[in-house]
Amino acid sequence: MKGIKNIFAESWGLIGVGILIGILAPLLQYLGNPPNMGICVACFERDIAGALGFHRAAVVQYIRPEIIGFVLGSMIAAYLFREFKPRLGSAPIVRFFLGIFAMIGALVFLGCPWRAALRLAGGDGTAIVGLVGLIFGVWIGTLFLKGGYSLGRTQPTHHTAGWMLPLFMVGLLALILLFPQIPGKDKNEILFYSMKGPGSLHAPLAISLGVGLLIGFLAQRSRFCTMGAIRDFVLFRSMHLLSGFLALILTALAVNVILGQFKPGFAGQPVAHTMHLWNFAGMTLSGLAYCLAGGCPGRQLFLAGEGDGDAAVFVMGMIVGAGISHNFGLASSPAGVGPYGIPAVMSGLLVCLFIGFTMRNRIA
Amino acid sequence: MAKTVDARGLSCPQPVLMTLDEMKEGSADELLVLVDNEASKENVSRAAKSKGWKIADISEAEGAFNITLRKD
Repeated sequence: MKGIKNIFAESWGLIGVGILIGILAPLLQYLGNPPNMGICVACFERDIAGALGFHRAAVVQYIRPEIIGFVLGSMIAAYLFREFKPRLGSAPIVRFFLGIFAMIGALVFLGCPWRAALRLAGGDGTAIVGLVGLIFGVWIGTLFLKGGYSLGRTQPTHHTAGWMLPLFMVGLLALILLFPQIPGKDKNEILFYSMKGPGSLHAPLAISLGVGLLIGFLAQRSRFCTMGAIRDFVLFRSMHLLSGFLALILTALAVNVILGQFKPGFAGQPVAHTMHLWNFAGMTLSGLAYCLAGGCPGRQLFLAGEGDGDAAVFVMGMIVGAGISHNFGLASSPAGVGPYGIPAVMSGLLVCLFIGFTMRNRIA
Repeated sequence: MAKTVDARGLSCPQPVLMTLDEMKEGSADELLVLVDNEASKENVSRAAKSKGWKIADISEAEGAFNITLRKD
């Protein structure tokens, strides 16, 4: 299939992918996923961390099949189009910590860029502040990029290394199939489940997995990235990736209106709080971390699916970050930020600035 | 004059930034950009076109792409 022109990487292809995600995400909500959370890479990785017991926040424990689908769908596309390239070695430990702080910021706001878009499309006004924070964080990141910031070059590696995260996802899928939820129980052997809260809300497994595979496949082809959308517009005034992100927001808005899921307002929005400053700052931290690591949480999953071991390390950082966030009271809840959320965001911003300022000589 | 931009092992936006830097520097009317992934190839090509440069040639060797860009 190498000879086929990659239509998905053309602007119209990218808009098409944005429209498709904009349809599928609200539909997943309609079919059982949490409100304004049809797809949220950060929240879903946090739910996976909970299901495995890395944190014990009872309301957010579920192995989300969408995440598994994202990685494996991307891998299938990468293999079909001969783009599976095992590679790693671009400052993995730095990416691990960027992943941790990206998650800490995301859980202060309560969402990744995808969910910020879906919250906005569901009428949640607080998402505007989060999106502005995201743009601000990415903008800081572009200043570092212009100043020569680089995590260095990757090296080609064994296929085994590129398979690590996809295999981890296969393992997670095996766990859900072996230990499905027992009605009325919060645990099946080693897997934790939520009895109430967002973790208890999910679309049927086969649908979640199928949608994940489809989006993973198309996102690998189109290079869909919400952080890149903002970054490339700031750096190059390029509308290319941004057109896909905007298509997602507008389509999700229309689908929400049709499905009766559009409920405009600021207060009382689902899985959201109204501490605007920290919605802003949490997303600033995340946006900066995504920009320094070269992709939004979704894009990191798609890259990991095509063999990028550094992106896989970022993903593991996010899962660990979810454990840290919930174990140490950093994560927000609808009541507001957690007891240690504010110092965690401050520390995260300092760490990101340190990384941005110090890793800036181009390695030739 | 021809110049080479070696962006192998780097991911976007760095290959694009390096290519644009060389273009801005102005001494080259032909650039050979080396990248090792499809996304960078697409991004460098798109950026070059938007700056009014022509893609004279793209060749693939051992998983890397050699993109020859020429100023119009």
